Amino acid sequence: MLASVLEGGIRAGTPILYATLGEVIAERAGIVNLGVEGAILVGACAGFITTAQTQSPLLGIAAAALAGGAASLVHAFMVVTVRANQIASGLALMFLCLGVTSFVGRPYVAVKINAVAPLAVPGLSDLPVVGRLLFSHDVLVYGAYLLAPLIWLILFYTKWGLALRAVGERQAVAFASGLPTAVVQYAAVVCGGVLAGVAGAHLSLAYARSWVEGMSNGRGFIAVALVIFATWHPLRAVLGAVIFGAVFALQLQIQARGVALSPYFLDMTPYLLTLVGLLLLARAQRHTMPEGLKEVFEGLK
Amino acid sequence: MRRTVLALALIGGVFGLLLAGDTAARAQAKKFIVGFVYVGPKDDYGYNYEHDRGRKAVEAKLGSVEVLTAENIPETAEVERVMEQMIQKGAKLLFPTSYGYLDPAINVGKRHPDVVLMHAGGFKHSANVGTYWGYIYNPMYLAGLAAGKVTKTNTIGFVAAHPIPQTLQNINALTYGARSVNPKIQTRVIYTGEWCNPGKAAEAANALIDLGADVLSQHQDCPRPVVETAAKRNVFSVGYHSADLQKFNPKGWITGAAWNWGPLYVRIVQDVMEGKADRWVNTHARGGLESGYVELAPFGTAVPRAVQQAVLARRKEIVDGKYVVFQGPMKDNKGTVLLKEGAKPSFDFIEKMSWYTEGVVGDVPR
Repeated sequence: MLASVLEGGIRAGTPILYATLGEVIAERAGIVNLGVEGAILVGACAGFITTAQTQSPLLGIAAAALAGGAASLVHAFMVVTVRANQIASGLALMFLCLGVTSFVGRPYVAVKINAVAPLAVPGLSDLPVVGRLLFSHDVLVYGAYLLAPLIWLILFYTKWGLALRAVGERQAVAFASGLPTAVVQYAAVVCGGVLAGVAGAHLSLAYARSWVEGMSNGRGFIAVALVIFATWHPLRAVLGAVIFGAVFALQLQIQARGVALSPYFLDMTPYLLTLVGLLLLARAQRHTMPEGLKEVFEGLK
Repeated sequence: MRRTVLALALIGGVFGLLLAGDTAARAQAKKFIVGFVYVGPKDDYGYNYEHDRGRKAVEAKLGSVEVLTAENIPETAEVERVMEQMIQKGAKLLFPTSYGYLDPAINVGKRHPDVVLMHAGGFKHSANVGTYWGYIYNPMYLAGLAAGKVTKTNTIGFVAAHPIPQTLQNINALTYGARSVNPKIQTRVIYTGEWCNPGKAAEAANALIDLGADVLSQHQDCPRPVVETAAKRNVFSVGYHSADLQKFNPKGWITGAAWNWGPLYVRIVQDVMEGKADRWVNTHARGGLESGYVELAPFGTAVPRAVQQAVLARRKEIVDGKYVVFQGPMKDNKGTVLLKEGAKPSFDFIEKMSWYTEGVVGDVPR
């Protein structure tokens, strides 16, 4: 039971992990992007169309990354260059992406694609329990869990990471010390979009293997919440995504076991858990929240 | 000022001419116009895809008919607006195909007594509104006969959207059929709570396979993720809505329950054109395999020849009226006898189904 819940958690948590990691990068640079939901959709749609046209899921993933990055570039332009309100720009971008992908993706709803196939890691996948749990997924799943420590290393142990965090904490100081703050913020937001695009690719190319309008179903917003849950830390984002995914999988498995709980109640549990997590971490997040973000939220007062 | 008035008058004049020309062109063509309204995308291999296949049959068979379609129309005041628009364009017959379109259809019917509206699955009719529906649990039962013989784990997984009577009919028919050839069968059900959430449907399919199901079926829109997940994890599929789903799991395909609206739609359109609308309005047209409203999908290679023959023999008995699906003895999964040996199910017994048959795990959610 535990093994299958965890396995489901890893599977269902993967797109959320990509999006959360992307949002961690953007928010560490002081930019909140509520358009993640839109970037996921754009990635899912572009990845699906490209795979349908070329028969290559790898090209599809690349297209998804590019499309997610491009969508977020719009947000970067709005908030870094034009200095528009971050919340408003993100939400508008989300609705724009929903509309555009519904329209562009229309003819592809019926198309069958060459999906991203599972790839068991030779040797390791034969290990008892752990083999199925960790080493029998697709490349995008492995990618997500390798990416998290990589982003952690870059953010906390490289000059680039330091520059990015400096911009997110005290933009004026970073600017005075000679950092190209606008460039750094553009790069962070676009990186975040690229990862959200890959999240979309996992949804449409590996997980559901089909394209339907609005198929991100709120995963982007969960990612934004999980960033706070993870206190802007890439490794804790892994924990958050797996827990969220596991509860998501668990509520479905509970039903299949015939437990007499309403599916409509079970449906709420992943979101309830997210709220509880935020509640418990309310104090911790105040200390770790990048200073720059406080301006975003205080600007709303 | 004068120039503005002149310009406006000119623009108005041009529009008037265009409108007049348009109306004249329509009057000249004199085609019989039929409108179809769908709640989802018309090519998702699901419910709407099948209604649209029916629409295509009308176009192919009846050359003198012009067809209008509208998809992704929510079950709100929006659908009334869409139907009004179609009527303005000259439609004399409308097919509002989604369950929630019933009241809007009745309303539009009141305002336009000269237009005929045919609603799919409704329980109300009026002077110019009729309903039609196919008993798709019949082919679901037949698919169960095949699935019960093909499964190796004796476990069927079912992904459903909501616990409504139509869904319970399908879950029960599939399980009842499978258990009649293999009493060890258990069916596990997951409700996603949404007609279309591809990620959740895929995870539900995975969860059912993890719990030992090696046959997956479903009752929700956008059926692809469940079939594709079955293919990915090398288990069997019983299709729902469309026989064309076979191509997404060719190796594991058993068979499926499919709609076949084409012949019915052609008949309705023809009758209404010939002024025989009274055959269809103010009544509920219901049919199963015998009327051809629903069909059993072709078998996949996973089903042995002898099993195929047995299933087809039972299909013939149903068509000939010698066998009725859900005839007694019927028990629910608590052991309560609902129908005695030999008793036939009534209209209400079927249409108000709210229980699981023997072999389904758990309780129907309230």
